[in-house]
Amino acid sequence: MPSEDPLLEVAGLHKAYGDHVVLDGVDLSVDAGQVVALIGPSGSGKTTVLRSLNGLERPDGGTVRIGEVAVDFGARQDRAAEDRLRRQSAMVFQQHNLFPHLTVLQNVIEGPVRVQGRPRDEAVAEARALLDRVGLAAREDASPLRLSGGQQQRVGIVRALALRPRLLLFDEPTSALDPELVGEVLGVIKELAQQGWTMLIVTHELAFARDVADDVVFLDGGRIVERGPAGVVLREPREERTRQFVERLLRPF
Amino acid sequence: MDLDYELLRRAFWPLVKGALLGTIPLSLISFALGLTIAIVVALMRISRHRWLSGPGRAYVSIVRGTPLLVQLLVIFYGLPEVGVTLDPWPTAILAFSFNVGGYAAEIVRAAILSVPRGQWEAAHMIGMTRSTTLRRIILPQAARVSVPPLSNTFISLVKDTSLASLVLVGEMFRRGQEIASQSSQFLVVYIEAAAIYWAICLLLSAGQSRLEKRLERHAV
Ligand SMILES: Nc1ncnc2c1ncn2[C@@H]1O[C@H](COP(=O)(O)OP(=O)(O)OP(=O)(O)O)[C@@H](O)[C@H]1O
Ligand SMILES: [Mg+2]
Repeated sequence: MPSEDPLLEVAGLHKAYGDHVVLDGVDLSVDAGQVVALIGPSGSGKTTVLRSLNGLERPDGGTVRIGEVAVDFGARQDRAAEDRLRRQSAMVFQQHNLFPHLTVLQNVIEGPVRVQGRPRDEAVAEARALLDRVGLAAREDASPLRLSGGQQQRVGIVRALALRPRLLLFDEPTSALDPELVGEVLGVIKELAQQGWTMLIVTHELAFARDVADDVVFLDGGRIVERGPAGVVLREPREERTRQFVERLLRPF
Repeated sequence: MDLDYELLRRAFWPLVKGALLGTIPLSLISFALGLTIAIVVALMRISRHRWLSGPGRAYVSIVRGTPLLVQLLVIFYGLPEVGVTLDPWPTAILAFSFNVGGYAAEIVRAAILSVPRGQWEAAHMIGMTRSTTLRRIILPQAARVSVPPLSNTFISLVKDTSLASLVLVGEMFRRGQEIASQSSQFLVVYIEAAAIYWAICLLLSAGQSRLEKRLERHAV
């Protein structure tokens, strides 16, 4: 790594829908190779943070920098810069959002070939290697509709990896899955962490966060309440609100 | 009533020829053009720009709010008034395409809107522009959804082309009128024409169910 700077730097991110303030000045940084888990109650703005980084939502204010690409959302809109920013990261959705009319392999190479203009042979070879790594080499010609939820989500992860992003974003990647399928997806994400991918993961799986995340960030009411090493935030949080939230997740009734 | 079998037999081939050389090509050409219009208008209607969605909406409203017969006659008598003289065939094709375009536009639009938002978002995530997303991701999925209602539109169109007899197109019904007026036995010939329309529509319906079954197999 050429510099010690964080790979992702978010400052003062602000977003409102009408009068409803959803992000109220979010500051967040993620170092290269770091895995950060973003937790918080429903409606706290976790998804909105991720979507803002990937150009799916346009914040009203604040700055985002990924690597060398920085955008100031408070300034006049610079579409070219926003496009460049969006290409730095790739997202894995809660509901995989695979393209149902394409095969698994076509889903994976659509971005590299159609958008990035990479040679098809090269993209196919890379896609096959990635599918192999998540145990889906045999399913490349299948329709995504014929896969199990866990397999679908693994294809979603491969589709994101094939874009060669610098930052991976996960929005509750296992919360739409049957419980017995959660493990296979979390296993893949854990491997990515070990390979040094930089990841920002929204999750309610606290055990997974403790195991895989370097840091845990607690978001509430559109603000970051607390951040620290996973062991600390999940075991002995500084803030009362964090403690209550974690306790409720661990002991739902 | 004694059926005039001789007349039935005499009328059969001219009617079938009228179907093969008139009704069917007129339907196919008008449907292809109408579908093209429909896709353009559907995209206009979902556009964020008022100057596109407004005219799209007006077009659909006019087509659906006026009778096909009136549309046909307005084009037939109206075009010469503004200095455009077309032969019967182009006139009929123009009128039917215009009409089908309005109905099919609503079908295509609904099909586009039925594609989940997550598909747009995933396409955006992998870096696609809006127009590439439409072409590569949304329209292929919308096409599947719109096959059943578009098939119905096509079947209606086949029957509607009988109106082209009024603007002197030699399709099946006009052939029937010619034969009927020579023999002045209208009922027999018209019933025979009706039977042939019915047979064509039965064939098309059968094709429609097969197509739908095939799409269903591929979709699940
Ligand atoms: N397009 C929108 N229009 C209006 N309000 C919205 C929109 N998108 C999100 N919101 C609101 O913004 C708030 C934050 O939403 P967000 O999806 O970021 O929360 P979250 O932390 O991801 O919640 P969850 O855990 O339920 O996924 C919610 O109150 C939501 O209702
Ligand atoms: Mg969310």
